[in-house]
Amino acid sequence: MGSVYRARDQHFPTVVKLVAVKEMINRAPDPLVRKTIVQNFEREANILATLNHPYIPRIYDYFSEGNRSYLTMEFINGKDMEAVITETAGFLAEERVLNWAIELCDVLQFLHGHKPDPLIFRDMKPSNVMVNLQDHIVLVDFGIAKPFQVGQKGTMIGTEGYSPPEQYRGEAGPLADIYALGATIHHALSRRDPRLEPPFSFGERPLRKINPAISIELETVINTALQYNPADRFQSIEAMKEALISAGRKTGILNRINTKSVAGQSQGGIKPLWSFQCEDEVRGAPLYFDGSIYIGAYDHNLYSINAADGTMRWKFATEGGVVTRPAVFEENIFIGSEDQRLHVVNSRSGKVIWTYVTNGRVHSSPRIAEGHVIIGSDDQRVHAVNITTGRPAWRFETAAPIRSTPFVSQDMVYVGCENGDFYCLDFRGELKWHFKAKMAITSSPWVADGVVYFASLDSIVYALDARAGWAIWRFRMGKGSVSSPYVADGLIFIGSADNHIYAIDTRTAKESWRFKTDHQVSSSPMIYKDALYCGSADGNLYCIEYRTGRVRWKFATKGPITGAPLVYDDIVYVGSTDHFLYALLA
Amino acid sequence: MKNRILKWLKGNKTKPLSAEVDVSTVPLSDEQVGEVLAQGQRVEPPQIAFGCAQSVGKQRDHNEDSLFALSLTFGGETRSYPLGLFIIADGMGGHQYGEVASGTATRTMAAYMIKAFHPFLADPSGSMNESIQDLMRAAINEAQRAVTQAAPGSGTTLTAALILGQQVTIGHVGDSRAYAIHHGGGETLTRDHSLVKRLEELGQISSEEAAVHPQRNVLYRALGQGEVLEPDIFTVPFPQPGYLLLCSDGLWSVIPESNIYNLIFTAKDLQNACQKLVAAANEAGGPDNISVILVQMPT
Repeated sequence: MGSVYRARDQHFPTVVKLVAVKEMINRAPDPLVRKTIVQNFEREANILATLNHPYIPRIYDYFSEGNRSYLTMEFINGKDMEAVITETAGFLAEERVLNWAIELCDVLQFLHGHKPDPLIFRDMKPSNVMVNLQDHIVLVDFGIAKPFQVGQKGTMIGTEGYSPPEQYRGEAGPLADIYALGATIHHALSRRDPRLEPPFSFGERPLRKINPAISIELETVINTALQYNPADRFQSIEAMKEALISAGRKTGILNRINTKSVAGQSQGGIKPLWSFQCEDEVRGAPLYFDGSIYIGAYDHNLYSINAADGTMRWKFATEGGVVTRPAVFEENIFIGSEDQRLHVVNSRSGKVIWTYVTNGRVHSSPRIAEGHVIIGSDDQRVHAVNITTGRPAWRFETAAPIRSTPFVSQDMVYVGCENGDFYCLDFRGELKWHFKAKMAITSSPWVADGVVYFASLDSIVYALDARAGWAIWRFRMGKGSVSSPYVADGLIFIGSADNHIYAIDTRTAKESWRFKTDHQVSSSPMIYKDALYCGSADGNLYCIEYRTGRVRWKFATKGPITGAPLVYDDIVYVGSTDHFLYALLA
Repeated sequence: MKNRILKWLKGNKTKPLSAEVDVSTVPLSDEQVGEVLAQGQRVEPPQIAFGCAQSVGKQRDHNEDSLFALSLTFGGETRSYPLGLFIIADGMGGHQYGEVASGTATRTMAAYMIKAFHPFLADPSGSMNESIQDLMRAAINEAQRAVTQAAPGSGTTLTAALILGQQVTIGHVGDSRAYAIHHGGGETLTRDHSLVKRLEELGQISSEEAAVHPQRNVLYRALGQGEVLEPDIFTVPFPQPGYLLLCSDGLWSVIPESNIYNLIFTAKDLQNACQKLVAAANEAGGPDNISVILVQMPT
């Protein structure tokens, strides 16, 4: 505990000689602890006094006064690295950090080579590194370096983050400084403060996943320095310095040559099993039933396509664009259209069974539950229609068009509305609760374990208590979303207009990963086995490992993909605004 | 069930009643009666039941644990949700600072939460502005400020459970624990913020080594320590049927988990279970303060 002051040395009255005065206030009530603290302070003074290196501040004097001790030393005009990291918007340039890293190796090499005994710094972290106006580093604060106290309850090491595992056993050798230097550089490059993360969890935060601009060479060096087991790290600071320099040469950074980013995923490797051309854009989502894929298109048609070879079995013409996902019940296909109707068509013949008319375009997909079809419409109503007779059971009036698809769970109907209202209704169409988001809810809700999830154009993903409607958590994305969440394995997956696909932990609301596409993600993700499938307005369908967020492959279509894909029996089906429906091997 | 009885009655219509005379019967056990009674009966209004117990232990001369328990029920309305707030804090820091830290943390947090829910009590239709996890985070930050002020240099663990309806939101710092206990076992909901636990998770030491490690009490996150505090906050469904157990390390580091579960399932009621748990920890030596809260949602 202490402060550092900027002071003027009045022994030199005619010139301004600035010095740094480090003050340490000894508040420890216990005499033994007090003594240890003073000893540490004096030790720092004595260590510094004997060291002569451009990256170590020079010491002028030290003294004690009451319970305060002071150390006067060279004034470094600059900021500590932690401040530089925090105050820089975005990531620091790799070149800059690499130069610091090499200088830090220099100074550690000097300390480790100290005679008669090597000096171990033991407390390498951004806040102990000053960056001066010339952008060179100076290593400060030799006082905190101390043996760890073996504690009973009552002594605690604070939030550490930078120290290697063996240091907690009191074994701090040169390899401990190597680890801590790795941690310091990791923090500088990633902007992720290790004190806010579980100890020794760098392996869970690969640098290039956080900051893809970093060269693979530098990442490899940092990874080696951060090896959990000391034997797997660089065995000397010289070796680490060599590796850093050669990484810099290889990437050309040290020669100030910009590198090209590493080439992306292989293109054109994926060939569709078949494709089927509609007469207009395909914005709807596919349904699989009994060997056929059912999908609607902007050309007004609902198609039945043989899932095996992509040949058409029949098409059914509505009088408006079809942008929704069909539903199936007892061989009948249910589909909403912009012609304001809900159509029910026999899956074998393609003949109409019955039609239900709303007073607005239908952008909501039908949901079938307990003998009813539940569907929203631009006529601002939720309609519940008897599944066999086609007669309305009830209608629920709202204040805006309903374009999200209702979700049914435990006798409750959940649906979002274009003015930001979100409703929970019972099976008689009576309101149970109501929630208000700031903007439209086009995203269709998903209910799991008593929690309802959806996104809104107000950029927030909401988790509400499904029974009562209060917010359990909110997660903020870069932009609004019309993508519908998919929940699996304790994660919620959703796209956003900020171009990302997010994976969010359902319990903690923490981002597990995010994947950047080249355009808005209006499509909704689907999980199949260990992978996530989602389209983007950049025209690609992405296959991503859902636990890690690593892309496995992507498939380029010639238009934005806004509908959700479907995976059935190891085949993924997706429609694109390039008029095609594609079938690909998952 | 009803159909089966009717069928049985129909099917046996022709048989004389005397055919059953030689069937002897045994009185049902309390458990069986309880099961029968429980069927088709709902506890109204929905409510949260709890028990709690605390002991200084056998080897300490003062208690540095704090606990808080609140169960709130509102009967008579169709849309009524029970509210429960349960907190355990285990202070440390020598002299009297440990108890100041845990007491301050607990009181500050409880006061903050109750204040936040006060308007909600008067008008449940008014929606809350903050999400429950944001509320939990704000309450923990408030407790952090209060502890830093009231007992500088000390620290405390804090494990809080806010139950609202069917969901329980946990806020957690340190090595007190929350368990979800079901018939046939339980799971630790919280993750200890202790160095040894972390080493164990990484496979650096075994669980046997962890149990006797000299630094097993060293925490890497605690309230009142350091300026940056990142509590674990998460929401899970309330274990149903089952129990939620909150306890300090005076319980879990002394009695094996299986014994904890057994004691709970064989106890007469929640209060009895808590007392038995504390007694068991004391019998095992009682090396530390013991605090226990056991929560159940009868259905």
